[in-house]
Amino acid sequence: MCRTSSYLNDVLQKIYIMVLVYIESPKGQFKKAAFEAVTYGAKVAAALKTTCVALTLGNVKDAGILGEYGASKVYNIASSNVETFDSQSFTTAIANAAQALNASVVILSHSANGKSLTGRLAVRLNAGTVSGANAVPTLNGGFKVQKSVFSGKAIAEYTIDAPIKVISLMGNSIPAQKTGHSVAVSALDVAVPAPRVKVISTRTADGHVPLPEAEKVVSAGRGVKDPQNWGIIEDLAAAVGATTACSRPVADAGWRPHHEHVGQTGVAIRPNLYIAIGISGAIQHLAGVNNSRVIVVINKDPEAPFFKAADYGVVGDLFEVVPRLTAAFKKFKAN
Amino acid sequence: MKIMVCVSKTPDTTAKISFNAANTEFNSAGVAYIMNPYDEWYALVRAVDLAKQFPGSTVTVVHVGRADSDQIIRKGLALEANDAVRIDADPHTALFTAKQLAEHARSKNYDLIFTGKETIDHNGSDVGAMLAEFLDLPFVSYASKMTVAGTTATIERDIEGGVEVVEVKLPFVVSAAKGMAEQRIPNMMGIMKAKNKPLAVVPPVAFTDKAKVTRFELPKAKSGVRMVSADEMDELVRLLHSEAKVI
Repeated sequence: MCRTSSYLNDVLQKIYIMVLVYIESPKGQFKKAAFEAVTYGAKVAAALKTTCVALTLGNVKDAGILGEYGASKVYNIASSNVETFDSQSFTTAIANAAQALNASVVILSHSANGKSLTGRLAVRLNAGTVSGANAVPTLNGGFKVQKSVFSGKAIAEYTIDAPIKVISLMGNSIPAQKTGHSVAVSALDVAVPAPRVKVISTRTADGHVPLPEAEKVVSAGRGVKDPQNWGIIEDLAAAVGATTACSRPVADAGWRPHHEHVGQTGVAIRPNLYIAIGISGAIQHLAGVNNSRVIVVINKDPEAPFFKAADYGVVGDLFEVVPRLTAAFKKFKAN
Repeated sequence: MKIMVCVSKTPDTTAKISFNAANTEFNSAGVAYIMNPYDEWYALVRAVDLAKQFPGSTVTVVHVGRADSDQIIRKGLALEANDAVRIDADPHTALFTAKQLAEHARSKNYDLIFTGKETIDHNGSDVGAMLAEFLDLPFVSYASKMTVAGTTATIERDIEGGVEVVEVKLPFVVSAAKGMAEQRIPNMMGIMKAKNKPLAVVPPVAFTDKAKVTRFELPKAKSGVRMVSADEMDELVRLLHSEAKVI
């Protein structure tokens, strides 16, 4: 609610000691990013020789399992004002928790909602911030956090010079790790104002891992020629266990929904495996996918620029190659 | 309606990324700069169209930067913004930039403040959220569609794997993603008029930053592509399993 007075800040800065991780729980459930964030928080806490505490908002199923990933305590704020997302209500809830618990580092996921909170929380807590961090901070010569910049074309190391730090963690940057056991969940009684942004409805594709969280992605471009040919892409994705994506022309033509468009103006992803089919690899496309760990490019044009950014390349007609690859994946899984 | 559009300057999408010898600063030699695409294509164009829907509206472009940004600001005016303000400082971090924008906006009573969803250089998505917090306004990020009726906006925002529809009353801060508007090229009339539109240059407020980039590095180069014959998809799967270890 109220901002911390500068006097209070001065006092608190002297005793701030722990790492607080805010864990998102859409529809009361945790996603992969939640476990990554706790794992990251536990590593930051270990580096700072302190403890990692997790915070959840609203009704959450089995929040105690966050302990398995390194949270020594889990707090929950139950309030009718956190049932839907509003950056102001959520910022107040998290900031009040951070102050009540004397947190010196607050960690969030760099998700759609996390991106609305990180900057806001940093201002509220008078903190220094890095959004989209992709590694555990180092403490040699200052508190240093690195992130990917220039759409994946460079890495920047930021030094935060403030007693309180707010960091958002890029998805798929560090693997979630089970190190402990389930812990008890304590209720935290802090005031949360009513949301000023009202959520009317939500439309999400069910049954698929959303692209930003996907570890494997099968993506296709104009080479598919016709939306009716999309079936072979879905068959491959099913065999790989991947989420499907597309290039900008495919989304612009309305062949696939906008939220599947990866690239500079679409979704930026960093899966472990990215299979690009019939995509030439324009720089705007690469900007959204070049943080993928392993890239496979299938294209009939041996001069396609995407091959320069690929780990594995196949030159051939996708209508022949893709079904063969699907069969190979099925065979691999069967063995 | 009084609309503010925050625009930033970024290296062109195709710019070669390199740094000084100490790897502490971006090497701008030979780099062409553009208006950040999300600020231009989606935020500014949507703002201008919205202003037309509400006669008597104004669109003010606000930028934190030095005189070498004026060309980019003039482009904003050519895209039919009414006037512009340049806060004369280097926008080192999102926090510094948001603070400057907030101090400008504080006394202006804007009904609506636009940013792009992120800048294509530091990819932070922070300025809109910070600005909203400095001004104690609601913030809606990643808007892909927005309509305003009376004093209420209905917005579709991109979330993981889908869309969330929200309602919010003016004033608020919104960050614009693809879908908000279509890219537009300034016409000759717009370019001519832009030359005479007001561009105020104002000094920054004092602000001590809390973070800075202390080192840049380029990602490790790929070791080169390994080609696999189109007839040997079993081999590709084997490589993904035993060499790349991703399946």
